[in-house]
Amino acid sequence: MIEVQNLTKQYGPVTAIRDVSFAVAPGEIVGFLGPNGAGKSTTMRILACFMPATGGSARVAGYDVFRESMEVRRRIGYLPENVPLYTDMRVAPYLDFVAEVKGVPRSARKKRVADVMDRCLIADVQHRLIRNLSKGYRQRVGLAQAIVSDPAVLILDEPTIGLDPRQITEIRGLIKSLAGEHTVILSTHILPEVSMLCTGVVIINRGEIVAQGPIDRLVEEFFPTARVEVEVVGPRAAVLDGVRAIQGVVRVEETAVAGNGAGRFVVESARGRDVRGEIFQLAAQQRWTLLELRQVGMTLEEVFMRIVAGEESEATAAPAAVPAVEVTEAAP
Amino acid sequence: MRIWPIYKKELRLYFTSPVAYVILTTFLFIAGYFFTSIFSFFVRSSMQMAMNPQMGRDLNVTDSVLRPLFGNLSVILLFLIPLVTMRLFAEERRSGTIELLLTYPVRDGAVLIGKYLSALTMYATMIAGTLVYPAMLAFFTRVEWGPLATGYLGFLLMGALFLAIGLFASSLTENQIVAALITFGALLMLWIIGWVADLVPAPYGAVFTHLSVLEHNDTFAKGVLDTKDVIYFVDLTALALFLTLRSLEARRWKG
Repeated sequence: MIEVQNLTKQYGPVTAIRDVSFAVAPGEIVGFLGPNGAGKSTTMRILACFMPATGGSARVAGYDVFRESMEVRRRIGYLPENVPLYTDMRVAPYLDFVAEVKGVPRSARKKRVADVMDRCLIADVQHRLIRNLSKGYRQRVGLAQAIVSDPAVLILDEPTIGLDPRQITEIRGLIKSLAGEHTVILSTHILPEVSMLCTGVVIINRGEIVAQGPIDRLVEEFFPTARVEVEVVGPRAAVLDGVRAIQGVVRVEETAVAGNGAGRFVVESARGRDVRGEIFQLAAQQRWTLLELRQVGMTLEEVFMRIVAGEESEATAAPAAVPAVEVTEAAP
Repeated sequence: MRIWPIYKKELRLYFTSPVAYVILTTFLFIAGYFFTSIFSFFVRSSMQMAMNPQMGRDLNVTDSVLRPLFGNLSVILLFLIPLVTMRLFAEERRSGTIELLLTYPVRDGAVLIGKYLSALTMYATMIAGTLVYPAMLAFFTRVEWGPLATGYLGFLLMGALFLAIGLFASSLTENQIVAALITFGALLMLWIIGWVADLVPAPYGAVFTHLSVLEHNDTFAKGVLDTKDVIYFVDLTALALFLTLRSLEARRWKG
């Protein structure tokens, strides 16, 4: 549904995105992740036909965003980052205007607008001036204008920013309900949101795509081993040897020495092999005090942190805490 | 071309904010003042001339009331038209709504025409308010409807040009005040550009004279419909609208 190939955008001498390529299948919800200034909004603006790219091509719903921009625009709903709305208009007339501009036929318009207001939970403010609405309501009006024409593709730039926790849950529910019939690409800072909503993820950093794919596969790819973090009080060498001796353990790395004589270790074992029980038994046997024992490296958040941190340390040429270069190279 | 929804929206925005009402009120108040003073003067001079039959022959309302009234009103428009157009693109750019508007399935041209027509409607409303003066005149005396009609046509053409220039200025900036000032400067320049005609070498003088609005709008009020003047306004209006379209496109590329 969305195919992006070698997309590049330059603002004068500044390159906002470079050689960005990814694809989104119909009915998928894809999360677009990246730190601030990574090029998320630029990519989305190009996809929404707001501005042309400097190089490369992008197709949305089978049409080229530059050459067949009108066809693309008929099939998308776009919510820009700062949710720009006509603050001097009232909610219902505003949505009616958007529906008319987007070509919803006159006979269906009234019903569509009413449906969308129900769906986005804004029916109670439909006669209010947008200027007087709270941030949460504005956000939902923005989302309503994106879906009012029932577009095949939704491009949502940070749709849940600035909402309170309850509203976030509601909006997420709404977005989730759009999956299947709509293809959604959404950008966000909130990583758990991606895990909750999205089937796939595209991670962008400093204008380049560093990783993409289904979330589980990414996690596996970036963390081929299962990791357990251990904090234990005990003789350092004995602990290292003891843990290494456990079957399935690939590597043990000491990460820090705490003041009270405790040591922190990261234990890597073959994926699918949980060594926590054995570590506990070992500590109990040796009468070491086990302060902490937890699995790490299993979430998208950690993948993200690792990629972004890796990229940054690579950029500053500082000694990397993680094998950063290797990680980025491994990205498809 | 989806001009209609854009037009409706812009018109709604004109009349939901106080700006349109303030402009209308100011314009009609000053117009009323001009009409009253010019007409009173006309009444007094025609009384004096009635006492001297040799002098009073050429005095009529077209020349003595409507022409000076139209002349004065065009000067007020010089000040007010920048305020009518300053919002149109600048405000969309400042608030970011242009990002949504330009990703809806409407061509830039349709957006431009919709906005332009809404400004033209606003302007026509202002001008329509002044129709009460000829109506009042018609109550007391014989009004020449031909020159009156051409006078209003001239008004519309001049307004169309001024609004197009204002629209162009508004597309250049996100600051409404800057847009208004650029428009005012451009309109004033267009007004006074003929003044240097006598000072520059011969062939260029004619160019400056021809460029001046003053040179073209007075003929309409006299009741003369000269294609040269019509073409002047239509041409420059088209040029300003074309430049606006280009400016919108350029903004897209700049991002």
